[in-house]
Amino acid sequence: MLATSRWTFLSIGLVLALVPFIWTVGASFRPESDLFGHPERLVPTEWTLHGYRQIWEQLPFFRLVLNTILFAGVTTTLTVVFDSMCAYALARLTFRGRTLCFWLVLATLMVPFQTTLIPVFEELYHLGWLNTYQGLIVPRATSAFGIFLFRQFFMSVPRELDEAARIDGAGHFRIYSRIILPLSKPAIATVALLNFTALWNDLLWPLVVSSSPEKRTLPAGLALFAGTHVTDHAVLMAGAVISLLPIALAFFMAQRYFVAGISTAGLK
Amino acid sequence: MAPSLMILGVFVAFPTFQSFWYSLHDWTIGAAEQPWVGWGNYRHIAADPRFWGALLHTVEITAVSVVFIVVIGMLLATALSGEGIGSRAIRSIFFFPTVVSLTAVGLAFRFLLDPDIGLASGLAQGLGLQPIRLLSSTQWALPTIIAVSVWKSVGFAMIVLVAGIKGIPRELYEAARIDGAGSVAITRYVTIPALRPTTMFVTLMLTIQSLQIFDLVYVMTAGGPLFSTDTLVTKLIRDGFVQFKAGEAAAISWVLLLLIAIVTAIQLRYFRYNDAD
Repeated sequence: MLATSRWTFLSIGLVLALVPFIWTVGASFRPESDLFGHPERLVPTEWTLHGYRQIWEQLPFFRLVLNTILFAGVTTTLTVVFDSMCAYALARLTFRGRTLCFWLVLATLMVPFQTTLIPVFEELYHLGWLNTYQGLIVPRATSAFGIFLFRQFFMSVPRELDEAARIDGAGHFRIYSRIILPLSKPAIATVALLNFTALWNDLLWPLVVSSSPEKRTLPAGLALFAGTHVTDHAVLMAGAVISLLPIALAFFMAQRYFVAGISTAGLK
Repeated sequence: MAPSLMILGVFVAFPTFQSFWYSLHDWTIGAAEQPWVGWGNYRHIAADPRFWGALLHTVEITAVSVVFIVVIGMLLATALSGEGIGSRAIRSIFFFPTVVSLTAVGLAFRFLLDPDIGLASGLAQGLGLQPIRLLSSTQWALPTIIAVSVWKSVGFAMIVLVAGIKGIPRELYEAARIDGAGSVAITRYVTIPALRPTTMFVTLMLTIQSLQIFDLVYVMTAGGPLFSTDTLVTKLIRDGFVQFKAGEAAAISWVLLLLIAIVTAIQLRYFRYNDAD
């Protein structure tokens, strides 16, 4: 009895979780007439590539994809480098103000991003960085959460390792780059994936910083396109499917790092 | 370390105080003069029914969705805490919506719920019902957004709770079983109490996330119809970047900061109390 209700519950859940994705992928291949005629069907009765062809003509689509790759890729790389360097200093060096720095990092973790949005927008305006790649990338190129996660990880690396290296004459940069980083691949993978996903999916920041289609990312481009002319469902569904693909691939290839990141956050 | 601290200082810490400074001025971005208005912006938003509407919707979305997410997430977690291939595969399916873009999810649901071409209205017709214009109804748009938000985050709660369940000592279960407890009793008297800190953490994290809801609302309804789904952040963006009232937007952003600070304070207090236990 209990087992049956458990499976009923899980099956209903699975249907609810999967159907929106299946329907969306299906809808991106369907002509308008097929959707109007059979809105209840999950699988197209008629197939067309119309949406995928049109999206290149109605949107600067190649540009949007390229910008998203640039924004998410470059920002993630910088974040991993900066965060791990900062965490190394916080975990391994003793200097005046170390505790203060750590508290600054923790405090910024609590500030909602929207609170800083308007002053940062004005800073970028004065720097002449609005609607530029550096404006998109630099303010997001470090994350307090990444510093925190790297620090926790570095604390667990035995200190004897860097002491031995120091006796051999290695400086801090060598210890960081040759000993600590190579031992931290799981932490790097976790921080990189969580950041890449968040940046790839981010809507608000690119929406605010970029004003011309040439500097927009996929979510911002799609959202603005959807807001202006919602005539063609297939184009938008095709765009949504394409924007989901890289994350879906990353997710199914590297699930344990996603789970590790979220569970580390969850279990302190 | 210098690059991180510089970026955090210049683009997070300093702007936090700056935004409070803006909220005390009739601030216009890029203008030569920014007249001081004291608490004027706060008084102005306090007199604006749309601000209260936005605050109410934000709190409604947060309260209702977090309860549903935690309860459903808990049911899924207890049903799927096993290490078998089956449990793991089903867990990843439930977790998947958490990692994909809210923009894409919002677009997908907008069409899925479309009265002419959507699956939902297809099903309604099949059952002989009139299709409801969910997203263009002032009555239904907010519950619909809450439902999509639950759909999106249930997997997050489940994954963190599963990690919590794995941390519960096996002996507790064995002792309960020796005492003759059935699986319902074990869930009731062992799993749920032992998971309290994890549940508390998930609840607070989801609350902080949900108070900042923007993407789904922006893509699905843009705050409409008739402001019935307007939230603090959609109002903040409209005031700040469409109507160029940066001072008022900054005041709203400080209301949001205070709300989140309260939740964070509860979190810190709770966990300190728990550690001392």
